[in-house]
Amino acid sequence: MKNKQIRKTVVAGIGILGALSLSACGAAETNSGGGTDDKVVLAEPSWVGAQANAAVVKKLMEDELDVKVEAKQMDEPVAFDALDSGKADAILEDWHGVPKKEKKYVDEKKTVVSGGDLGVVGHIGWFVPKYYADKNPDVTDYKNLNKYAKDFRTSESGDKGHFIGAAPSYSQHDKELIKNFDLDYKHIPSGAEAAQLKEIQRLYEAKKPFLTYWWEPQWMNNKIDMVEVELPKHTPGCEEPAAKAKCGYETNQLEKFLNADFAKSNSDAAKFIKNFKWTTKDQNEVAGDIAGKKMKPEDAAEKWIKANKSTWEKWLPKK
Amino acid sequence: MSTPTIPEQGEQKTSDAPSPRQPDGRPEQQAPPSGLAVLARSPKVLAVLVAVLVVVVSAAVGGSGVWPQGWTIDIRTPLNDLDGWLVDNREKSPIFLYFLLHISNSAESSVDAIISLFDAMGWIGVTVVGTLVGWAAGGSDLSRRALRTGGTTLGVFIACGVLNMWAPTMETLALMTVAVFAAAVLGLLLGLGAGLSDRFEKILRPVFDTMQVMPAFAYLLPLLLMFGVGVPSALIATVIYAAPPMARLTSLGLRSADPAALEASASLGASHWQRLWTARLPLARKQMMLGLNQAIMMCLSMVVLASLIGSEGLGDEIYQALGSLDVGTALTAGVAVVLIAVLLDRTTAAAGERLDATVTVGATRLMARIRMAVWGLVLALIGVFSAVGSSIGEREWPDVWTVDVTRPLQSAVDWLTETIGSGIPVLGGTVVWAKGFTVYVLNPLRSGLETTPWWALALLVGVIGWIVGTWRAALTGVICLGLIGMMGLWEKSMDTFSQVIGGLVLTMVIGIVLGILTARVERVERMLRPVLDTMQTMPQFVYLIPVIALVGLSRSAGIIAAVIYACPAVIRITAQGLRYVDPAAMEASRSLGATSRQQLLGVQLPLARKSLLVGVNQGVVLVLSMVVIAGLIGGGALGYDVVQGLSKGDLSQGLPAGIAIVCLGIMLDRITQPAGERPRD
Repeated sequence: MKNKQIRKTVVAGIGILGALSLSACGAAETNSGGGTDDKVVLAEPSWVGAQANAAVVKKLMEDELDVKVEAKQMDEPVAFDALDSGKADAILEDWHGVPKKEKKYVDEKKTVVSGGDLGVVGHIGWFVPKYYADKNPDVTDYKNLNKYAKDFRTSESGDKGHFIGAAPSYSQHDKELIKNFDLDYKHIPSGAEAAQLKEIQRLYEAKKPFLTYWWEPQWMNNKIDMVEVELPKHTPGCEEPAAKAKCGYETNQLEKFLNADFAKSNSDAAKFIKNFKWTTKDQNEVAGDIAGKKMKPEDAAEKWIKANKSTWEKWLPKK
Repeated sequence: MSTPTIPEQGEQKTSDAPSPRQPDGRPEQQAPPSGLAVLARSPKVLAVLVAVLVVVVSAAVGGSGVWPQGWTIDIRTPLNDLDGWLVDNREKSPIFLYFLLHISNSAESSVDAIISLFDAMGWIGVTVVGTLVGWAAGGSDLSRRALRTGGTTLGVFIACGVLNMWAPTMETLALMTVAVFAAAVLGLLLGLGAGLSDRFEKILRPVFDTMQVMPAFAYLLPLLLMFGVGVPSALIATVIYAAPPMARLTSLGLRSADPAALEASASLGASHWQRLWTARLPLARKQMMLGLNQAIMMCLSMVVLASLIGSEGLGDEIYQALGSLDVGTALTAGVAVVLIAVLLDRTTAAAGERLDATVTVGATRLMARIRMAVWGLVLALIGVFSAVGSSIGEREWPDVWTVDVTRPLQSAVDWLTETIGSGIPVLGGTVVWAKGFTVYVLNPLRSGLETTPWWALALLVGVIGWIVGTWRAALTGVICLGLIGMMGLWEKSMDTFSQVIGGLVLTMVIGIVLGILTARVERVERMLRPVLDTMQTMPQFVYLIPVIALVGLSRSAGIIAAVIYACPAVIRITAQGLRYVDPAAMEASRSLGATSRQQLLGVQLPLARKSLLVGVNQGVVLVLSMVVIAGLIGGGALGYDVVQGLSKGDLSQGLPAGIAIVCLGIMLDRITQPAGERPRD
């Protein structure tokens, strides 16, 4: 009996495989999933500000425009590939962290188009906690950093100062800056944003001195006071190539990017995303609710939407 | 400066060598002659000592031992070219149009289909059908096993619902279903091939070895370039990761079939194929079930990891929560993952047990009919529920019936990390200890490895490999080191290597101590078992943040994560080895008046040496597989390169680092694997 059963299974298996391979003879669809149907897919990078953007856009589009929205977690580099292939329709907050891909897809392949500014201004720099800067006021100039290097020593950095570097996918040229300025610091990268935040939270609570790559908007800024260390002013292209960079970071108008086909469709959803524009303060409010007060993104978005009708009404496409 | 550990290895060898007659605690002055005698008797020990000496002297004299610049080859340029070609041709090249994209499209549509099926069935339908499947797997009768399996299934589904994790759980289950199916089919086919043909087995072996030590992150990256983000890459990575155990165990089952049974079947005139169908395959069923069980567990851990490249479900939930340092939510999702693991493990284990029982007892006709009927009922119910399910109740678990445990969990974790992080009086706390570990162990180890000349290290690896294993193992180890050097990753690899050694030593100490306790004290075993299960199945992402709270963003954090992950296997292997020591030997030693301690040190541990070695080997593989995870929390070196390569989509950075990890892995595997046996089967 067993024998028969096994044979039957095998025959069935071969049949199914055969059918599958027959159906596989044609050329495959190159554009699968995502933007082909009425569902809009947002690429949502892993930081909380991006979560806030996505939550508000999702809530408004689903309630006001009756469009189904799915936010998929992906960092900038991956998101650009997804925008190119149509697996994602839009990214709401791009920090210009992947210039190579941006050039390739936006300028050369023309599969990704800009969706205008988000309205939020991004700023990256080197920061020390305020309690430390108050005691040592001249630490805020990068030229004086060597004087204080011994304060920042840890077991990881040995006899140099410990510089807490950024998460791998973020725009950065700190390692090169430290080398080019001859700073007595060791660049120790964080493997993930979450890891960096937790470390800073821990050091801040213990009132330890630290020097870190830090940025605004960032929900933790509501809870901790940081002071920026002045770096030489950014001029266009001064960080290229990174090995010779001797300047700080560009103050960034964060930008939206759309899949070209999605943008051309000119649907209500595409119009809405192009219109979507808010301020750093708005975003921090929602992000602070999500991360600081641990509200669910949907609830935080709903709270903001209730309080700011006049802002978001302008985003709705005109009927 | 590399001396602290390497002489230790040398000493281990010498202390292993003396004959057992030599009693402990001999007068000091008698040691030298016996030591020399040992050296004279075994040239191998002498060789190790010479190699150690060379390493120490050359490190002290040379100063810097980095691989010479001129001997590296440029692999970045070709990899960048490949990267560019892939991006340009993803939609044009025939390889993609007629082959790869089919895979990716069918993967995507099958997962979508299952998700929408779950959706249509509603939560009531999924729970009912799931419970029924569990019960049927356990034997679909009123026996304890069947009821227990069914009950577990019901409990897990309810728990996931109550924890408010229903939707992500369904997404994870859908991805799992497809992944397990694909991995099982692929594993079965490869296993059949390897079990029936010696040549095929020889070809597959190194492939499987590589797949097992290769960090999953390293192959996520090329997959990402080929298939883009989302389900297909995640699925294929999962299948690559999970198919080897299925294939290995199938092959093992086919090969270890009772020769008497085979002979009997041959003498009854069965042809080659008949013998395979009627004797070899049925006899291998138990092993195959074990393989399926392993494949499922590996699928689960991978499905969670794949959230990094845009797959959805519980992994995504965890990853998202980490961004806002929400350990409570991450832990809740982690608990759901552990529960699913328990569910799948118990169900497949019950099915395996039942198969075993059927073979010995034989099923009655009636039972067979009932079983068929139950499976038919399952199919019918899936149809019914998917047709009307959503009208009976909501699609997802009702919100009213959920309990929010994330806040209390969060505060519990916070309190715990605060207390043992820096709140222990006198002893300081983990922050201080970790600092000591870094300063006194990791830093010397790293600078030691970095100052040792590459040729001296290669010599040492070669000698150890030759002594522990065969000349072939030695050669493989040396070639691996050479590859690392040629890729220009020598320094980073030595950094990682020092961390792996640190992690390994900790793992072995903790693992062996707890293993001895587990083997000897019944109560410890009962208490530890659920803890070990949780440690093995809890997604690593969950404990990254608490670990940082404990020891800060540092190499120690990565090492702790690795130790948590690798310890359970070592504890289990040690305990098992001790327990299976020949009872006659134990009895004999007891009747000769040995105390419990003497028994442990003089009989149990020496007799269990083989399984201790297997434990070391497993420890190496597992610690190494955490190198990349460690890169996420301050481990730096190779792990960080892989992470950055992945998140920047930079093949020329991620892939070489991944290959270097594999090389380190194979090297360590070979020099810890005794000749003449393959411990991982």
